Amino acid sequence: MTIPTDATPSGLGGSEPAVLSFQDLEVQFATDLGEVRAVNGISMEVHPGEVLAVVGESGSGKSVTSMTALGLLPKNARIGGVVRVTEKDVRQLDARRLRQMRGKDVAMVFQEPQTALNPVLTIGDQLVEALQLHGVAYGNAAKRRAADLLAAVGIPEPARRLKQYPHELSGGQRQRVVIAMALSCDPKVIIADEPTTALDVTVQADILDLLRSLKEKLNTGILLITHNMGVVADMADRVAVMYQGDVVEVGSAEQVLVYPQHEYTRRLLDAVPRLGAGRAQLGIAAEAPPIITDEVPALEVKNAVVEYHRLGKPSFRAAEDVSFTVHQGEIVGLVGESGSGKSTMAKCALGILPPTSGTVAVYGEDFNRLKRKDRKALQKRIGVVFQDPAASLNPRVPVGDIIAEPMVIHKVGTKTERQRRVYELLEAVELPRAAFNRFPHELSGGQRQRVSIARALSLDPELLVADEPTSALDVSVQASVLKMFMTLQAEFRFACLFVSHDLAVIDMLAHHVVVMENGRVVEQGLREQVLHEPREEYTKRLLAAAPVPNPEEQRRRREQRHAMLAAFGDKVVEIGDVPHGPEGP
Amino acid sequence: MVQINEALETVKGEDRSYSQGQLIRRRFLRHKVAMSALIVFFIAIVLAYTSIGFGPIPGWWGKDYASTYPKVGNGEPTISLTEFTIGEHPFGQDTIGKDYFALVMRGMQRSLMIAFGIGIISTIIGTIVGLLAGYYRGWVEAVLMRLTDFVIVVPTLVFAAILSQMAGGVVGMTLVLPLVLWTSLARLVRGEVLSLREREFVVAARVSGASDLRVIVRHILPGTVGVIVVAITLAIGAAILLESTLTFLGFGVSPPDTSLGLLISDYQNAFTTRPWLFWFPGLAILTIVLCVNFIGDGLRDAFDPRQTRSKD
Repeated sequence: MTIPTDATPSGLGGSEPAVLSFQDLEVQFATDLGEVRAVNGISMEVHPGEVLAVVGESGSGKSVTSMTALGLLPKNARIGGVVRVTEKDVRQLDARRLRQMRGKDVAMVFQEPQTALNPVLTIGDQLVEALQLHGVAYGNAAKRRAADLLAAVGIPEPARRLKQYPHELSGGQRQRVVIAMALSCDPKVIIADEPTTALDVTVQADILDLLRSLKEKLNTGILLITHNMGVVADMADRVAVMYQGDVVEVGSAEQVLVYPQHEYTRRLLDAVPRLGAGRAQLGIAAEAPPIITDEVPALEVKNAVVEYHRLGKPSFRAAEDVSFTVHQGEIVGLVGESGSGKSTMAKCALGILPPTSGTVAVYGEDFNRLKRKDRKALQKRIGVVFQDPAASLNPRVPVGDIIAEPMVIHKVGTKTERQRRVYELLEAVELPRAAFNRFPHELSGGQRQRVSIARALSLDPELLVADEPTSALDVSVQASVLKMFMTLQAEFRFACLFVSHDLAVIDMLAHHVVVMENGRVVEQGLREQVLHEPREEYTKRLLAAAPVPNPEEQRRRREQRHAMLAAFGDKVVEIGDVPHGPEGP
Repeated sequence: MVQINEALETVKGEDRSYSQGQLIRRRFLRHKVAMSALIVFFIAIVLAYTSIGFGPIPGWWGKDYASTYPKVGNGEPTISLTEFTIGEHPFGQDTIGKDYFALVMRGMQRSLMIAFGIGIISTIIGTIVGLLAGYYRGWVEAVLMRLTDFVIVVPTLVFAAILSQMAGGVVGMTLVLPLVLWTSLARLVRGEVLSLREREFVVAARVSGASDLRVIVRHILPGTVGVIVVAITLAIGAAILLESTLTFLGFGVSPPDTSLGLLISDYQNAFTTRPWLFWFPGLAILTIVLCVNFIGDGLRDAFDPRQTRSKD
């Protein structure tokens, strides 16, 4: 197959000189275990007023590429090729010129606004610092300009916000502050490294609206790094697909997302769960295993209230009057944004967080009313899968022992029987037998999550609680893990409480959906009803904000969403008037 | 041309697999300073225990530390590096003619025993206190940490002096000094446990019904090993110095037995006339403490690779 090397497809970009370009960029890292090639001679360009999206999974080299533009790679990196920002060759600049270039010509928007802002300085101090460093404005002029910048990115009451600290702002507002900082010196190009990954889907849609208006109104070039195909469809003019340090495909968003040429791009797109497509995706059997509704439900939550007690403050209600039921053999999707109380409910179901009032009953038994021994017996019937497989497996224990641990705890079987069972489970989760003696750090993220699932299944649980089990995984890995999960569920018929923020994933596997917001259940019902004909405003907002990986369809959805927002009386986020200061020295 | 790796999800079959322990050992073995210190330390231990023997086992050095010998000259050291001879009394003789080499070796034996005893016992106390406080939180933590604070605010030397006076003897001192030395480790271990107990693998173990003991021993303790191993070496160094200080002040080992601190204390007045009586035990203390600290440094770097300077 051939790789398109021409970075400028027909009709897009190219009219003005590139503000950011990479030519034959190569990056290698010297590590303890020898040289690691991160980027193998790639070339691409970003033109003014254009969004180039770099897509790829973890380890594809997309972040490393962007860091070379800022001259921010660690000392053990060896770089080859040419990186130009406007007309400057980044690799030829000395430390002082590099500092001048950063912020002034090229600015960065980071993934995690929480860590990108200094928690001990006020928003105002941080904005003013950026302005003063580049000599844009000083003193009161800088403060005024900082307030104008905040107003421009749509933060209300900017003068008051300047005196606040990052923790006093919401996640979306923090990301707007980061964008305001990036804009402070009128950069020609902005590098946005997964700018919305840490944000909720409705906030993500707002931030994307803001970034889009940047390119339209300010003619800024944007290098958007993301793994989310929906975000690409929503934002990108052109797309570069990276795989293991190579650019395998470049083209307009339409070309790449709708008519992908390269095998890898096709696989990546096939792996994206589509909202509205229901169960028949990724080759999963469309008919669901039967749900048993006439017996005692696997999990029954009734009027549960959870309060966290805080010293010297009124206690915080994480869940209020929550009721839902998981029948035997049923998958219930629990959806919500951060702070909605969905993980709190998962902890209640596991018996590690007792509700303040109300009941949480697993197979008719309430953890709170059980003796220690009976609790242990009940825990034997519950399996759990957590979000981050790196954190949920003990790094010092080999995989075989991790999977066998629940059996050891409940004294099931002899040593050889347990070992046989572990091999069975490894096979069930499609891992090779060789994984038995491996340590978690030797496995990939997807493999680790399979180990985690194997451990959860080791005692044939009747209820599985899965808390965002695929959120930390790459999309192709997510697809294979979800597929395996569905196969296992069809085979073992366990009931499952599946917590996720991703509506498309829930749409793929749940029978029943519970939508939570701020600790309350907003809407619940059958999947088809909740996700395809939502009744509540919040559910509609959620669904409208989830981007789909097709530029044409996404444009339509975006317009619908804007119309919907207008109907709800909200404004679409747009960049306001950015103050243009005097040119710096 | 880019080949898509179809077997994205295969486990590397033939590649040698390194456990965390093996990686740590490898990093330690590559740490030049720590390895040199380990070798010197080993030689010092072998020298101290084989030269004059230990208990009923005789050593290869013909003289013992209790007897007096006829004076050779003024009792100066007979060791000479230029002609390379050891001579009759390599470290010289003390004021009444005892062989000073044997005395220093005996002192090293005593100091090493006390130091290791104290290092290990204080580590055990500190680890247990830290684990319990960090894992159970609440009132357990409040009580244990206030106790730790109490021990910390009382000046170590005063506390140690009173305790060793009450206990007396080498064994008593070894058992009692850990009571003042466990505090820093308890705080370190507690801090480590506080972060480990929130990790999902601990939650996963608890959810599958594991008892507290199992969670602590299997999932939390191994995570704190790095801190503990490093703290042991630092505690051993501190214990040698504390023992020497106490003995110097007259609270520790008493004659006829001897330790490095006692030797220095006994001959502090001879410093101007017979400097070797001061130099050799001092040199022995310096060697042991430096070695132990370098080994500790090496271990810390091995357990926490983020702290090492990146190699060229």
